[in-house]
Amino acid sequence: MNGPTLSPEALAGLRHRSLRRHGPGRAFLLGDEAIAFGALYAGCTFYGGYPITPASEIAEAMARELPLAGGRFIQLEDEIASMAAVVGAAWAGARAMTATSGPGFSLMQENLGLAILTETPCVLVDVQRSGPSTGQATKPAQGDIMQARWGTHGDHEIVALTPASAQECFDLTVEAFRISEQLRTPVILLADGEIGHIREVVELPAPETVELPPRRIAAPGQLGFGGEPVPPMPEIGHGLRTHITGSTHKPNGMRDVTTQAVHDQLVRRLVSKIADQRDALTRVDERWTEGAELVVVCTGAPSRPALGAVRRARSQGLAVGYLRLLGIWPFPIEAVRRACAGARVVLVPELSLGQLNREIERHIECPVRHFGRIGGVLPTTKDIVGAVTEAYQEVVR
Amino acid sequence: MNDDAARGADVLTSTGPQPEPRRQPRRRLLRAGVLPTVFCPGCGGGTVLNCFTRAVEAVGLSPDRMCSVTGIGCSSWVLSPYFEADTLHTTHGRAIAFATGVKVARPDLKVVVIAGDGDLTGIGGNHLIHAARRNIDLAVVMINNSIYGMTGGQVAPSTPTGAKSTTTPWGNPEPPLRAAELVAAAGGTYVARWTTYHVRQLLESFKTLLRHRGFGFIEVIAPCPTSFGKSAGWRSAADFLAHYRDRSVPLGAPGCAPDPASDDTIVIGTFVQRDRPELTDQLEALALRARAEVGVEP
Repeated sequence: MNGPTLSPEALAGLRHRSLRRHGPGRAFLLGDEAIAFGALYAGCTFYGGYPITPASEIAEAMARELPLAGGRFIQLEDEIASMAAVVGAAWAGARAMTATSGPGFSLMQENLGLAILTETPCVLVDVQRSGPSTGQATKPAQGDIMQARWGTHGDHEIVALTPASAQECFDLTVEAFRISEQLRTPVILLADGEIGHIREVVELPAPETVELPPRRIAAPGQLGFGGEPVPPMPEIGHGLRTHITGSTHKPNGMRDVTTQAVHDQLVRRLVSKIADQRDALTRVDERWTEGAELVVVCTGAPSRPALGAVRRARSQGLAVGYLRLLGIWPFPIEAVRRACAGARVVLVPELSLGQLNREIERHIECPVRHFGRIGGVLPTTKDIVGAVTEAYQEVVR
Repeated sequence: MNDDAARGADVLTSTGPQPEPRRQPRRRLLRAGVLPTVFCPGCGGGTVLNCFTRAVEAVGLSPDRMCSVTGIGCSSWVLSPYFEADTLHTTHGRAIAFATGVKVARPDLKVVVIAGDGDLTGIGGNHLIHAARRNIDLAVVMINNSIYGMTGGQVAPSTPTGAKSTTTPWGNPEPPLRAAELVAAAGGTYVARWTTYHVRQLLESFKTLLRHRGFGFIEVIAPCPTSFGKSAGWRSAADFLAHYRDRSVPLGAPGCAPDPASDDTIVIGTFVQRDRPELTDQLEALALRARAEVGVEP
């Protein structure tokens, strides 16, 4: 089930009206729809989810297209069941995905932890909305940056990618599936309500050009939970009589919850198999950082007005650089350090009262200023120009 | 009381010559290196494992065509790790939700869940209801020991009214849930309740469950001498079995309309056995219909 990605025949059958009109290649898609199409191109064969604004369009697109592409869609009774079903389907051979927003993301955390510990390749999309709690249910935010990192309990590493356009919703969803298979781990696509609901032209590649490596299935007797950084997967349904558990387990999968060394080796391997790939997983959009006195570091929706603000500040003669993170976990430490090496101040615009800025502060020497906008409205280019100018005048001049 | 039950009664009081211990023909269905079990003396888990392996053998099901899914609690140990098939041991209460993903992705596998009453009707009650409604082809066995045993004897949704537990030291103020009736009402297509006293009926019921296509559910009333025994004042498994013998009433017999709030009658038997469209069949039909409608080759 995990071999082929989307076949051209299946693509021809997809029902999205933009594809019907323009044919494959170029489509006018919502960010959420682009995520669904990225999943289909990556060969997603199972979607389990629960409706929630602003992520429901992902489920609606998958419900429409997945049966045509040879997969299965099911709407579960809640987000806990959604994440559970995704893990079950992944172990039964599917490329599996779910999508939600903050409240549902909170409910998925326990089973996300199980996916991490059992090394289950799957993709979890969180289209962030304004919280806490129900908050402003239809409005965008970036309040789940730390929930994505530390929402589930216990020691772990996580991969989280952060799109800032409908095109990147497509591209990074394909990447999320690729990474999840390569590292045998859940990958989070951390979008936000603004990007999920933006409608833009998306260039769709020829389906046959999108290739993911086939899943490595364990041979009988081969260790499925240790022995190498990313062991082969002892999938269900191959007669391996595999034992998969959310309890601490030995490299053969059998539970051992009392031996210190067993837990230590297992958890350290799960952490390092991701942390060791930090540089390979780093994806940034870096501009004008050479000689910059101030660098704007951003991710997701506010990156767009931030880019305009940096351009405007530069046109006014200020030495301002721009670094956009397309993935925030594992945190791209070296890329941020390098981009900010010559800066005297860093400005972080965010749709929160401050999460990304704290991580940046941990890794660089110069002062970090935060420009937070909450309440469901993005800062304008002018707003960010104001913050850039103020910081520049106070620190640089 | 039927003949089988009467024979069972003899076992409790028999002092006659015991049969020779036999070799263990179903040992091949158990994982190597995991025995003896962790079950306390008198636990119902052993009886369920015994009947389940006999049923697997009797219906000729290969473990390679099966997938076990379990949650958290003593009952989950029956399948994880003892029964040797592909096994997914998951989070508390969510076994049915994980099993749903397995079954939808691999409809050819016989997916089995064995879990406890706290797992399936407490924290996981919603998944149970909706799986029954969908009539997804899962074989679910709920071992109902009336208590949270693994955590040390706290009150459960199945604990009788008035019973003392570590979290109801003054007696349980709530009525117990009747799981079999709930699943039957929610749409399950094979639903039965037995006790570990009724081992012959239980074996037959397991065979029916494994042959059934659709959402099948067996509630097994089972002893927990360690945790519920303290509460009920029953010291041994035999005390539990004597209670099951004396208080069980076949479904439909006079006196079998218990009031859950005040009655400790155990209604046993087959509540439902019927045909309804099964979920993965429906999903397959839906995909074929959708592709035909848009003209895509299946």
